[in-house]
Amino acid sequence: MTGPTVAQAITRVHQEEWARVVACLARRFGDLDVAEEATAEAFMVAAERWPREGVPPNPGGWLATTATRKAIDWLRRESQRDAKHREARIVYDDTPPEPTGPVEDDRLRLVFTCCHPALAMEARVALTLRLLGGLTVPEIARAFLVQETTMAQRITRAKAKIKAAHIPYRVPSADDIRERLAGVLAVVYLIFNEGYLAGEGDDPVRVDLTDQAIHLGRLLRTLLPDDGEVAGLLALMLFTDARRPARVSHTGELVTLHEQDRGAWDRTLIAEGNALVRERIEAVAAGGGPPGRYQLQAAINAVHTEAPSARDTNWSTIVALYGRMVLLDPSPIVRLNRAVAVAEIDGPGVGLAEIDRLAEVLDGYHAFHAARADLLRRLGRGGESRAAYDRAIDLAGNPAERAYLTRRRNQLAG
Amino acid sequence: MPRYLLSVHGPAERTDSGTCPSHEAMLQAFAATGAFNERLQRDGHFVFAGGLESATTATTVDGRGEKPAFTDGPYQETRECLGGFWVIEAADLDVALALAVEGSKACRGTVEVRPFRTAESVRALPES
Repeated sequence: MTGPTVAQAITRVHQEEWARVVACLARRFGDLDVAEEATAEAFMVAAERWPREGVPPNPGGWLATTATRKAIDWLRRESQRDAKHREARIVYDDTPPEPTGPVEDDRLRLVFTCCHPALAMEARVALTLRLLGGLTVPEIARAFLVQETTMAQRITRAKAKIKAAHIPYRVPSADDIRERLAGVLAVVYLIFNEGYLAGEGDDPVRVDLTDQAIHLGRLLRTLLPDDGEVAGLLALMLFTDARRPARVSHTGELVTLHEQDRGAWDRTLIAEGNALVRERIEAVAAGGGPPGRYQLQAAINAVHTEAPSARDTNWSTIVALYGRMVLLDPSPIVRLNRAVAVAEIDGPGVGLAEIDRLAEVLDGYHAFHAARADLLRRLGRGGESRAAYDRAIDLAGNPAERAYLTRRRNQLAG
Repeated sequence: MPRYLLSVHGPAERTDSGTCPSHEAMLQAFAATGAFNERLQRDGHFVFAGGLESATTATTVDGRGEKPAFTDGPYQETRECLGGFWVIEAADLDVALALAVEGSKACRGTVEVRPFRTAESVRALPES
């Protein structure tokens, strides 16, 4: 086998098998540190040996076996000073674990452990990217623009808390799963958004993070195929990512949905998103419970993507979908989005009146000022529009967005 | 089984009804806390529990020097202080957190959940 093919195989196996191997070892050894380090070592051995000896027929099995040996070696060394009986139990006891929840999948347990509500959000994100996504600590540090040592400490501290506080390695009970799953989805969506509209730094889009979030979304979908919000989040990310090629111009400026070249959108991702949305519509029609926020957001994005041009968008459906979202989540940001859609139907004056009611709570949010600036411009109130653009530019962290807002401001007459 | 300290924190300033808004509310909190304690005993979680007198009744001792030093008042000068606590046994943090939610409701206070150090975690400390 040639070099590049082996490298590709390792990359693919890494994406497909990393979480499975870590999760399997975590269950067997009851220690996330051991699981993660042994898995990393197994991949290092693979990277060294597979180019010479060829990719084994069952790469996942090969990695699991190698990682298990590494973990046992590591525990043997540790046992020189630690309780010997523990090692003996781990090495010789192969009895399957007790059933621990409605779904007996090691990876799902790992998801709920990494995203445990007792951990700070940033720790959940870091652990999820490391233990489920297989990103290295330097990669995660780079993605979130923090020092490598800071990120390493964050992960170490989270793992220490899991161990010391006995955060269980298990899927929550059926009663708790809905509540806890919302937190898991929030982690994945936060990773996606950090990649898609980076708040800081020089890169407008961090493809490594958006790809990783979609990978995690697909993994969750495999683990929880019947959950509507899991399907909704994956569809939402696919639709959003499909527009990525049209979203930043070659001069590094953000291109809004209105102005995007729709021919540049990724049709494969859109088709996959549409299939998920259709599946959810059928499930809801069959009495499967009302859609949650991710399903509604996915549906809104489906309406946008099916329109041949911005002016052909079915805005009344979008306003109706936002109306349902406001019922679920009356947050000012949802209301802002609804008001922007209202402006498309009832005119900029009506939209602006709705937006201005949110001034107090959203004064520190750049998108609020950007939306106001646009409506004021359409109403011919140039001076006020300019002031709103200035404020939006001050608050926007993303370079592509700043470039876009600056150009719009400079286009104002006078 | 892992042990946890469930400590109740609230304002350092107390009135005749403790940190409760009224005497009735305080009596209700006592009754609810008593019922919660019985539930902990019944389900095998209970190790020890107690409510503390106000922080102004504390004396701080430093015995590290040649002569011990005694100071009137609590160690930390804060607006929030420890009001009482439970020591419980629970299978894992999820169980402890669920009990803490009940305890917090019963005593009308915020509860911090903290694991006890175990023999194993002490052994795992770095030697150097």
